[in-house]
Parts: sequence; C-alpha cells; structure tokens
Amino acid sequence: MRRLLRLLAFIGFAFAAVAQAEDLKQKILVADPFIELHTGPGRGFPIFHVVERGREVTIIKRRTDWFEVRTEQDVEGWVSHEQMVATLAPTGEPVDLHEPTRENYMSRRWQGGVMAGDFGGASLISAFGGYAFSDNLSIELTVNHILGEFSNGASATLGLMHVFAPEWRLSPYFTLGTGIIYTDPKTTLVRSADRTDQLGYVGGGLQFYLTRRFMLRSEYRNNIIFTSRDDNEEVDEWKYLGFAFFF
Amino acid sequence: MEVSRLRLLFLTAVAATALQGCGLFSRGDDAAPESVPAASPAPAPAGSPAGTETAATTGEPDRKPIIDPQVERREIRRAKIDTEDFEVGAYYGILSIEDFESHAVYGGRLAYHLTEDFFIEATLGQSRAGRTSYETLSGSAELLTDDERDYTYYALSLGWNALPGEVFIGKNRAYNTAFYLVAGIGSTNFGGDDRFTVNGGFGYRVLPTDWLAVHFDVRDHVYDIDLLGEKKIVNNLEAHLGLSVFF
Repeated sequence: MRRLLRLLAFIGFAFAAVAQAEDLKQKILVADPFIELHTGPGRGFPIFHVVERGREVTIIKRRTDWFEVRTEQDVEGWVSHEQMVATLAPTGEPVDLHEPTRENYMSRRWQGGVMAGDFGGASLISAFGGYAFSDNLSIELTVNHILGEFSNGASATLGLMHVFAPEWRLSPYFTLGTGIIYTDPKTTLVRSADRTDQLGYVGGGLQFYLTRRFMLRSEYRNNIIFTSRDDNEEVDEWKYLGFAFFF
Repeated sequence: MEVSRLRLLFLTAVAATALQGCGLFSRGDDAAPESVPAASPAPAPAGSPAGTETAATTGEPDRKPIIDPQVERREIRRAKIDTEDFEVGAYYGILSIEDFESHAVYGGRLAYHLTEDFFIEATLGQSRAGRTSYETLSGSAELLTDDERDYTYYALSLGWNALPGEVFIGKNRAYNTAFYLVAGIGSTNFGGDDRFTVNGGFGYRVLPTDWLAVHFDVRDHVYDIDLLGEKKIVNNLEAHLGLSVFF
C-alpha cells in the first residue's frame, strides 16, 4: 500500500515537473523582418510559414543548427540558426543561444573522442576521455583495442597532456604517461600464452579546431613495454586521425 | 533590561543590513564593484535603532538600479533549450556470414548528429554462425566449437545524410526522411578471435514524429580471416530494421 502511494506521489511529481517544463519553455520575439519555418531540420526542407517581426514564438527543441519553434497560432516548424541569432527575449535583450565557439575551448573541462591508427603494425582503435586542470594541462585516460595479424590486445593508459597554444586553431601537444597492455596471441598460433605487461609512453600530436565543439586530432606515441623477458619492447603507435569533442 | 533590548534591536538591524549587503555582493561578479560604494553609506547612519531602520528601507530603491539583472537571467535561459542531437536505438535483421549461413542479428545503436549533414555512430551487434557446406556434407567434422560460432561486432562510423527529404502518406501527412551513407571501422569477434573490420553501407530513416526514427540499413562488414587454411577477405552482408529515439 505504502509502495503504491509512493508510486502515485512520484507520478504526480513527474506530471507536475512536465507541466512546469512546458511553462518554462523559452519564448522569444522575432527581430528580423521575418523568420522562415521549414518542415524539417535541414536547408532543403520547404518553407511553409513565416513569422513577422515583433511576434512571439516558443522554442520547443534544437537539433544541430536548427530550432523547432511553435507560433502563437500553434504552427510548428524548424528555423535555421542564422535567423535565430537576431531574435530577442521578451524583455528585449538578445537571446544567448549558448553557441560553443573556439573561445569556449579555453574554458573546457571535459574532452572525449575516438582515434584510429597503427600500433607496431597492427590496427588500432582508440577511445579517450580527459579532464582539463588549466588551459594547457589535462589528464587523459585512453583505452585501445589492438587488432593484429598474429596477436590481439587491449591497453589502458593514463597520462598528462600539455597543449602548447590552446588559443591557436592548430596546436601541437605533448603527452606522457603509463598504463597496462594485455596481449592475446591468435588461436591459430600455439606458441605463447596471453600476458599482461606495464608500459610507459611519451608522445606528441596536433589538434585542430573544426567547428562548434568539435576537433580533429593526430598523435604519435613511443611505447616502452616492460616485459617479463630480458629485453623491453619498444612499439611505435601512430594514431593517424581522431575525432574529439569538448564540453 | 531596556538597554539590552535596545542593544538586541540595534544588533538585529545591523545584521539585517549587513546580510543584505552580503547578498548583493554574492549576486554576480559584474555587479560587485558598483555595489560596494552604494552599500557602504547605508550602515553609516546607524547611530540609533530608528535611524538604521529608515536607512534599511530608504536604502533599498537606491541599490536596485545598480544591480544588473541580465547576469542572472541569462544563466537560466541557456538551460531552457532542449538540444536533441543524440539518438539511441535497437535493431533486428539478418546477417549473412560468409561460408557460415545466414542468421538473425540484433544490436544497439548510439548516434550523435554533428550537423544537419553528418553524424557519428557506434553500433554493437550480435549474431550466430551456422555450419559450412563442408561440415554439413562430411557429417561429423566440426570446424568451430559452439562458443566460437558466436558472432559479435562493434563499429564506429561516420554517416552522411546524402538525400534528405519527405515522404507523403495520403493528402495530409508528410514525414521527414533521409537516405544516408555510412562507413567506419570496428572489430568482429568470431571463430575465437577479434578481427579488425571495415564496414560500409547505406540506410534510410523515416521520422514519424520529431523524436522517433525508423531505420532500414544495409551494411557490409569486411575483414581478413584464415580460418579455412589460407587467408582471405570475407564480406558479411547485413540488412536490418531499427527503431531509435532522439534525446
């Protein structure tokens, strides 16, 4: 019984929250001579309605660079970002559409992405996530999947990354860290057993600011794998191209 | 008795003005420098309890215009736009595994729409391999164990909405659609090993509402395999139907 009551209370709260969210939807005034409503979120979709200057519209949602709006007559359509930047809040101030730019990169905290390349002759797929302490310095966790002809493997590394000039569109960076690597020889070769070793790396790369919150990255790392044999193994790791986003 | 009561009144009045002052300082960084000189004259005439109270009431209208209300409101406004660039969903279809028959495939999909033209996509799928013609004809010889017949893959891909458009059902209904091309990399676990896999294909997406999408996809998964003695390239074709939600 108590559980049922709790459930009912929860549903009640959920409804209240939804109703409130509906009330809180952003209303804006059209400041351009008119804005065009498209049937879909893309430049090719036909324009089926216009809203004149001084009219109020409600923003329902945003998808990429398109905003779905509802007019006072309950007509719903998609407006491009270029036409939305000139709109005003009901108070008459410009609306901040919270558009991420290159300047936002300076105040980024989190960054993540994927990269692909070559690990000592094997194919490499890599995912990374990082946290920035300052404009230049961040800590980064990388997970690699290594797919070779004779053995497969996976590695996880933790390291520091120093971006030399974060304010430049194309900036070099330096990275240094340590991690573990797991190697699993292919089943067709009955030679050695799987093993887990520690590794250390030093490397550098380039990052290029693309648009909004997106960046491209390319990286080289020199890995030293501390094997249980007499010699340490040195592996060149090239990540030819990667895609990153920050927030 | 009277003195302590007066002192108490005086102290509360001072505390009230002081705390109000603190509240003003904490509002916003921009407003702080201007409000410093405005706040300091207010407690100055606090010689008598009566004087403090008048100062507190008359001081209010003087301070108001100094505070810039834009700072705080903008913060709230930013969060109000609901951005729906992510898409999560599931699919079910058929996968033809070269030499190993065709079987049902199911999986999950996460996509992020970068612009109206491009999206990145991660898929995770599972299927099961059947028997080769050789195994069926010979009757007894098994090339793979039961576990090795499990087929799982993941793929990281870039998609391009090549042909966006609309479909019309009857006179009054139009739904947004897109024909897209996808290509990417990933890994396939089959026959006891992980294999670097390149995938490519096309798909068609129909949106019955602005937050729900129905997909039809065709993919080719290409990798090298040496399971049957010599190394060869295999093409595994997949066709699936999926449902996804924008959030």
